[in-house]
Amino acid sequence: MEALDLARWQFAIVTVYHFLFVPITIGMSFLVAGLHTAWYRTGKLQYLRATKFFGKLFLINFAIGVATGIVQEFQFGMNWSSYSRFVGDIFGAPLAIEGLLAFFLESTFLGLWIFGWDRLPKKLHLASIWLAATGTLLSAYFILAANAWMQHPVGFVYNPEKNRAELTDIVEVLTQKTALATFFHTIPAAAFTGGAFIAGISAYLIIKGKDLKMSRSTFKLGAITMLISFVFVSVSGDLTSRIMTEQQPMKMAAAEALYTTQASAPFSLLTIGTLDGSKSVFQIGIPSLLSFLSTGDFNGVVEGVNDLEAKYDKQYGEGNYTPNIPLAYWSFRLMIGFGAIGAFFALLALWQMRKGGTPRGMWFAPAMFSLPFLPLLANSFGWIFTEIGRQPWAVFGLIKTADGVSTVVSAGAVLFTMIAFTLLYGVLAFIEVGLIVRVIKIGPTEEHDYADPHIGGSADKPLVMSY
Amino acid sequence: MTFQTVWFLLIAVLWVGYFILEGFDFGVGMLHRFVSRNEADRRAVLTTLGPVWDGNEVWLLVAGGATFAAFPEWYATLFSGFYFPLFLILVSLIVRGVAFEYRSKYGKAQWRQRWDIAIMVSSAIPALLWGVAFANIVKGVPIEKASNGSLEYVGGFFNLLNPFALLGGVVTLTVFLTHGAVFLSLKTTGEIRERSRAIAKTTGLFAAVSCVGFLTWTNLLFTDINSQVLILSVLVALLWVAGMTANFVGREGWAFIFNSVAIAAFVSTLFYALYPRVMPSSLGAQFDLTITNAASTDYTLKVMTIVAVVMTPIVLIYQGWTYWVFRKRVSASQISNPEHGVLDVVSHILHK
Repeated sequence: MEALDLARWQFAIVTVYHFLFVPITIGMSFLVAGLHTAWYRTGKLQYLRATKFFGKLFLINFAIGVATGIVQEFQFGMNWSSYSRFVGDIFGAPLAIEGLLAFFLESTFLGLWIFGWDRLPKKLHLASIWLAATGTLLSAYFILAANAWMQHPVGFVYNPEKNRAELTDIVEVLTQKTALATFFHTIPAAAFTGGAFIAGISAYLIIKGKDLKMSRSTFKLGAITMLISFVFVSVSGDLTSRIMTEQQPMKMAAAEALYTTQASAPFSLLTIGTLDGSKSVFQIGIPSLLSFLSTGDFNGVVEGVNDLEAKYDKQYGEGNYTPNIPLAYWSFRLMIGFGAIGAFFALLALWQMRKGGTPRGMWFAPAMFSLPFLPLLANSFGWIFTEIGRQPWAVFGLIKTADGVSTVVSAGAVLFTMIAFTLLYGVLAFIEVGLIVRVIKIGPTEEHDYADPHIGGSADKPLVMSY
Repeated sequence: MTFQTVWFLLIAVLWVGYFILEGFDFGVGMLHRFVSRNEADRRAVLTTLGPVWDGNEVWLLVAGGATFAAFPEWYATLFSGFYFPLFLILVSLIVRGVAFEYRSKYGKAQWRQRWDIAIMVSSAIPALLWGVAFANIVKGVPIEKASNGSLEYVGGFFNLLNPFALLGGVVTLTVFLTHGAVFLSLKTTGEIRERSRAIAKTTGLFAAVSCVGFLTWTNLLFTDINSQVLILSVLVALLWVAGMTANFVGREGWAFIFNSVAIAAFVSTLFYALYPRVMPSSLGAQFDLTITNAASTDYTLKVMTIVAVVMTPIVLIYQGWTYWVFRKRVSASQISNPEHGVLDVVSHILHK
C-alpha cells in the first residue's frame, strides 16, 4: 500500500474512534447537567445519585475523548501537510477558534465541576457543568463548520500563484446552510447517543432491581431524550440530504446506487450491484421516494452516477469522480437503520413502562443491552458515508484527497504510526469498557446532601474528590 | 506592526503559557513517586494537578491551531517534518491524560503502579522532546523547495538528534523537573513539601548549568552578536538564579514566580533568535520559512486577531480564577481512605 492509502486508513481509524466518544460527551454533558439541576432545584437525593453515577461514566468516557482529540489537531500537519498548505488559510481558523472558545471553557469548567464538590458554592458548581457542556457545543459547531467547508467550500478565492484557497468571508464560512444543517443533524444525534447511553444503563439497573427510584426516572429521561432528538435528527437529515443533492449530487446518487438520471426516482430498499460497484443488477425500491427526499417533489429529477461522471470529466478533466458506491450505499442505510432501531426500542420500552409497568418479554434485556451501541454505529456510518461520498475530493471541487497527503512522510512511517495508534486505542478501549462495566455493576452509591460550601473549602477537611 | 508579527508574537505567548503551565504538570508527573512515601502522598500530589492539568494542555492545542491558521506553511512543514518526535509526544499526552483519570479508580497496587509508571514516562518524553524540537527549529534544519514549490523538511529522524538539540532537551527536562518540584512545594504540606524543595535545589542546579550551556551555544549560532538575544539570555540566567535563591531561603511563592518568568524569558529568547523566521533552513536562507512566506492572508489574520483580542482576556480571567479557587495546599491527611478506589466494591451500595 502507498502512503496515501495508509494515511486514509489512519485518518479513518483515529477519527471514527475519536467520534465514538464525542457524541457521548456532548449528549451526556447536557443530561448530567440536567440531573444536577434537578437535584439543585428539588433537593431529591435520587437526582444527586444519578448525577454522581452518570457523572462517573461520563468522565471515564470523556478522558479518552479528550486524549484522542489531541491527535485530531495535529494529524493534518503530520499526514496531510499538502492539504494543510492548501486549506490552512480557511480551515485553520475554525480550529484555532475552537481551541480558544471551546476547549478552554470545556476543560477549565469540567475541572471545576469534578473537583468542585464540597469546594464550590452549589450554584457555582452547577453553573460549571453547564459551562462545560456549552463548551462541547461550541467545539462541535466550529469543527462542523470546518467540515462543512470541505463538503461545500464558500467564502474563499483560489490563489493560483500560491496554489491555495484564501478566506474572503468568515461569516459565510460559519453560517452557510451546509454548516447549520450539519450542526442541527449532529447535535441531536449526540443527544440521541447520550440518551441511549443513559437509558440502556438505567434499564440494566431496572432489570437488576437496583435503585429503582433513580433508575426508572433516568430511564425515562434517556428514552424521551432519544425520541425527541430522533425527530430532530430525521428532520435535519431530510434537510441535509436536500442540500447534499444540490451541492454534491454525486454523493446522493452513490447513496442510492442510482446510475442513470431519472425523474420520479425510487428510493432503493435493496440494490445488488456488480462487485466493483459500477452498475446495479437488481433493485427493489419505493417509487418516487428518492425524488421526494432529495428535491421535495415526487416527480423531481435526480441525477445518476454515470451522467454525473461524464459531467465532471468535462468540468474537472478526465478522471474518476465516483466514490465507492457499495460503501456509500450501505453506510447510508446502516446509519438510518441503526438509529431507527434504537428509537424503536426506546419507544417500545417507554410504552411498556407507562403507569409504573415493567417491560415484559425476552426482547427487553438484549434490546436494552444493544441500546448504547446502536447510535455509536449510526454515528460512525453517518460519518463514513459523508466522507466516502465526497471522494475523490478532500475539499469538493478544489483539492483531491490524493493531492493532500504529506509528500515527505514515507509509507513505512504512516504504517508504523497507524499500527501504534490502533494498538494504543485498542488497549484504551479495553480498559475503558472494563471500567464502565465496573461502575455499572456497582451501581449508584449512597449520597448525602451537604451544606453550601464557601469557595475553596477548608484546608483540613477531607477532600470529597481527589485523584 | 504587521498582522504577521502580531501572530508571531501571539504564538510565542501561547508557547510561553504552555511551557509555564504544562511545564510544572510534566515536572509533577515525573516526580510524583519520588516525593511520596505512601499512597496518600501520591494521591495528594496528583490532586494538586487534578483541576488544572487539562486546561493547561489546551494551551498546546491552541498553539497548534493558531499555527495552522496563521502560518499554514509552518504548521505543515513542522509537523510532517518532525513526524516521529511529534508522534511520541502525542502518544505520551494520550496515555498521560487517561492515566490521571483512571489511576486511582481501583485500589489494586499493581493497577496503580502501572499507571504511575505511565505517568512518569509520558511526562518525561514530552518534557525532553519539546526542548529537542525547539532547539532544532532555532538552529535550522534541512529544508528545501520541493518539486511542488512548497518548502519541505528533507532531513530524517536522526538528523533531529544532534548534540545541540539534545542539550535543548536536557534544558526543558531539568527546567520542568525543577518547576514541578517548586510547584509541589507551593501546593503541598509536610514531608512532600520538604522533599520537593530539596529536589528543586538539586535539579535547579542541573537546569542552570544546562541552560547556560545551551544559551551560550545559541548565541554562538549567530555570526554577529545579536544583542537582544544576548540580553535575554543573561536575563534568563539571572531569573533562574533568583528562583533558586528563593527556593533556598524557603520563599516558595517567589521561587515559582521567578521560575515561571525565567521560562517565559527562555521561550522569548528562542523566538527572538528566530524572528522574522519561523523555521530557518540549514541549506540556505532562500529556503527559510518566515513570517511572510509561511503566513495566511491578512484577512484571515485580522479575523483571528479580533477573536484573540476578545477571547484571550476572558480565558485568562476564568483560568486564573480556577487557580484561585483551588489555591489551598493539599495535604496527604485530607485523602481519606487512600488505598480505596471508587470502583472497589463498597459496603454502602444501594439495593432497593
